[in-house]
Amino acid sequence: MPAAQPVTLHVNGRSFAREVEPRRHLADFLRHDLGLTGTHIGCEHGACGACTVLLDGAAVRSCLMFAVQADGAEITTVEGLAEEGGALHPLQQAFRDHHGLQCGFCTPGMLMTLLSFLTEHPDADEHAIRDAISGNLCRCTGYESIVDAALAAAREMRSG
Amino acid sequence: MGVRYFGARVPRVEDPDLLTGRGRYLDDIDLPGTLEIAFVRSRHAHAKIRSIDRAAAESLPGVVAVLTAADLGAAEKPMPQFAPSPLIKQNRTHHILATTAARYVGEAIVLVVATTRGIAEDACDLVEIEYEPLPVMADLASALDPNAPKAHEDAPDNRAATLRGRFGNVDEIFARAPHKFAERIFQTRGGCHAMECRGVVAAEDALSGQLTVFSSTQAPYMVRRALAGWMGVDESRIRVAAPHVGGGFGPKAGIYPEEFAVTLAARKLERPVKWVEDRREHFLATNQQRDEIWDVEVAADDSGRLLAVRGRCLHDNGAYLPYGLILPATLLAPFPGPYALEALDIAIEVAFTNKVPTSPVRGAGRPNVAFVLERLADRVARELGIDRAEVRRRSFVRADQFPYKTGMVARDGSPVAYDSGDYHACLDAALDAIGVEDFRARQKRARQEGRFIGLGIASYVEDTGLPPFEGAAVKVERNGKVLVATGAASQGQGHATALAQITADVLAVPIESVRVKSADTASFPHGIGTIASRVAVTAGSSVHLASQKVREKAIKVAADLLEAAEADLVLEDGMVRVAGTDKSIALAEIARRLDGDGAMPMPRGIEPGLAATAYYEARATTFASGSNAAEVEVDPDTGAVKILRYVVAHDCGKLINPLLVDGQIRGGVVHGIGNALFERAVYDEEAQPLATNYADYLLPSAPEMPRVEIAHLEKPSPLNPIGVKGAGEGGTIPAAACIVAAIEDALAPFGVTFAEHPLSPEAILKAIRRSSAPR
Repeated sequence: MPAAQPVTLHVNGRSFAREVEPRRHLADFLRHDLGLTGTHIGCEHGACGACTVLLDGAAVRSCLMFAVQADGAEITTVEGLAEEGGALHPLQQAFRDHHGLQCGFCTPGMLMTLLSFLTEHPDADEHAIRDAISGNLCRCTGYESIVDAALAAAREMRSG
Repeated sequence: MGVRYFGARVPRVEDPDLLTGRGRYLDDIDLPGTLEIAFVRSRHAHAKIRSIDRAAAESLPGVVAVLTAADLGAAEKPMPQFAPSPLIKQNRTHHILATTAARYVGEAIVLVVATTRGIAEDACDLVEIEYEPLPVMADLASALDPNAPKAHEDAPDNRAATLRGRFGNVDEIFARAPHKFAERIFQTRGGCHAMECRGVVAAEDALSGQLTVFSSTQAPYMVRRALAGWMGVDESRIRVAAPHVGGGFGPKAGIYPEEFAVTLAARKLERPVKWVEDRREHFLATNQQRDEIWDVEVAADDSGRLLAVRGRCLHDNGAYLPYGLILPATLLAPFPGPYALEALDIAIEVAFTNKVPTSPVRGAGRPNVAFVLERLADRVARELGIDRAEVRRRSFVRADQFPYKTGMVARDGSPVAYDSGDYHACLDAALDAIGVEDFRARQKRARQEGRFIGLGIASYVEDTGLPPFEGAAVKVERNGKVLVATGAASQGQGHATALAQITADVLAVPIESVRVKSADTASFPHGIGTIASRVAVTAGSSVHLASQKVREKAIKVAADLLEAAEADLVLEDGMVRVAGTDKSIALAEIARRLDGDGAMPMPRGIEPGLAATAYYEARATTFASGSNAAEVEVDPDTGAVKILRYVVAHDCGKLINPLLVDGQIRGGVVHGIGNALFERAVYDEEAQPLATNYADYLLPSAPEMPRVEIAHLEKPSPLNPIGVKGAGEGGTIPAAACIVAAIEDALAPFGVTFAEHPLSPEAILKAIRRSSAPR
């Protein structure tokens, strides 16, 4: 097995230098090397979207890339979404207001996918939002409440 | 009394943690020194295990142990039967690890423990198993033929059991009925697909010998009972707890070989161990639901009223009966559906195959029965030229007939009775909402434009609030906060919120003061499990009863301390107050007095603690009910189905929190749409699973799902103190029937009919091509 390699990742505004096996994927690295267990692993084949994080601002599946590939990158996980004082991000608040989560397992991936999408498309309509989360599976909600939360959050993010 | 929470759309108390990454799911548990487990699983659907060579695996650096059933003391002792029944003809349960033979692809044979999961998986590839392939029982239709290959090489046949439900004189009614129609209906395997897979962490405390098992389960008390019984250990020495669970949907309710194997490995190695199921394992080794082949016949009178149903269901239980006959038994429970049948005779023949076992998935047998009954009702309507809704109206149990004894008999021998409802009102509400009046005109116009739209309706009843009990302990802590403890586990339904609402109302405290602990055998002594839409009824009623006891105790003590009459006391804002005065005492103060504060004397005859425990004993099930209506558009050139509208009108008794009930219904409907259109666990003729990832097995995703419009009709259940019925599965139950009916209606010009699901575009196109009707 190839030796562990040094990497430095900047996650939620903090820098982490670690030695990591080349085959360790980014999701495992975030969860088990950094203890950031808010990022969830649902399928490990890039289909469910639960592991979505922001990599240099773009939503990516952290199960589909290796930690060594993220060397030097800026990463945002669900832990980095709320403010320091604990105030929820408008998107998180909208999920609560609209019952956009049940078991909560797909939720971090949904939030990160929508954060990236709504930042780029603040005027997105329902159709566009449904397309945007087409790669995020949820078995609990039936998606409607997630869409409603996203629409409400988009309004809030536009006005704020 | 201030704010009333019961019935309000209260945002969930669970959400802040889950939205900020502070949820604690099974794989987030990280005990110091934990080793990781991976399983070697059978590549054959049926094979003798001739030999296992572990040398190469054992020599891989980082590998701690490579274990077989014999190493775990499990070679001669299969898993316990989780749900014993005298009807089980061959009681076949798993071995914790397969010993002499493997009987489905994915059955665990060897357990590897290593310092990391990656090394454990590397070592799995180095374990050499010599198999002798055996004939494979893959085709359900022939499972009970005398010459069929046997799923168990040492068994006389593939028959696990036969169940029968009947009432009335079915032969006499069929003899005199003017109309009889037969159908053969096929319902295919689908799965659980909670976004969190299963997982187990086990550790034994060296000092106390206490064994702690965390499992992503719906039923921690059942797991403890089974583990303690199998290991011959006192139950009090085992703690089983479910952390946050990322969806359950039924298959996480049973007991699994991995729960045993991981626990035994922790004991043997005296180290904490963890196994987390990956998605491929979930496809291979987590219980599925169905296949079923139904041969049924309906009798109707000239008005289209349904008189009787008879027939047989051949049910595929896979290779074992890990969950007894619970799933096939739920195929009898929902009969006769919402219909006041005069007679019924249904036989459920339970067969073994060399596939992963089946157990309840959201709705259990109820969606299957709804599909059968609704297909039959539509058939009667079509054959007799009577409106489909009219056939239902003429056949429904009427609102003035409750409680309505169906003729069926419950497990304790008592007659099954529908407790309350208004089936006609639900149907009319669904039809009004979808705009049935002008639908035919719209359909006609659409067809002129070359568009094929269709309307489907489906009705159902659901037995909910399964006996015997759940319990709850309610305690006012010294600081006035209220702790509610219950055994009932949660997998995302929002139970903590619903239960907190109930307590907050009874004790007149803000909901923010209430904390709910659940699903931990260390927190509450007895529990059953979160199955069969039962927690609102059983745990909800228990919390209500325990809270009432706490309230009575608070009033009694306050009367003593305030020198007032009990009748003059009211609870408000965390205080007990003498009505109309400013004399009051805080619940916190009473709690401290009852905690022996300052060694002050206790009020005479009062036990310590402002706390109480109560168990709600359910004697009979509550029956939720409803009707759904859907409008779809089908493209006859591609077979594509678009769901344009979906309406649910339902009665689950009184609503504790409409926000949560809406969520349950919408999620349930979408699960049912998955059953109708997408989800199919495909196997080849050697019972090799062909759909083991989300490219081959399709789950519903956001773009193709409709909005679900919901009308609540609250007909309180008279059976429990809070008037509720279950809501967790009602969304799923009629959905496949409703969607398939709508597709059939859309394609009526082609004369096609459907008696199966899921309906893929390919299946729809095939049906159109087979049809001789002109466009």
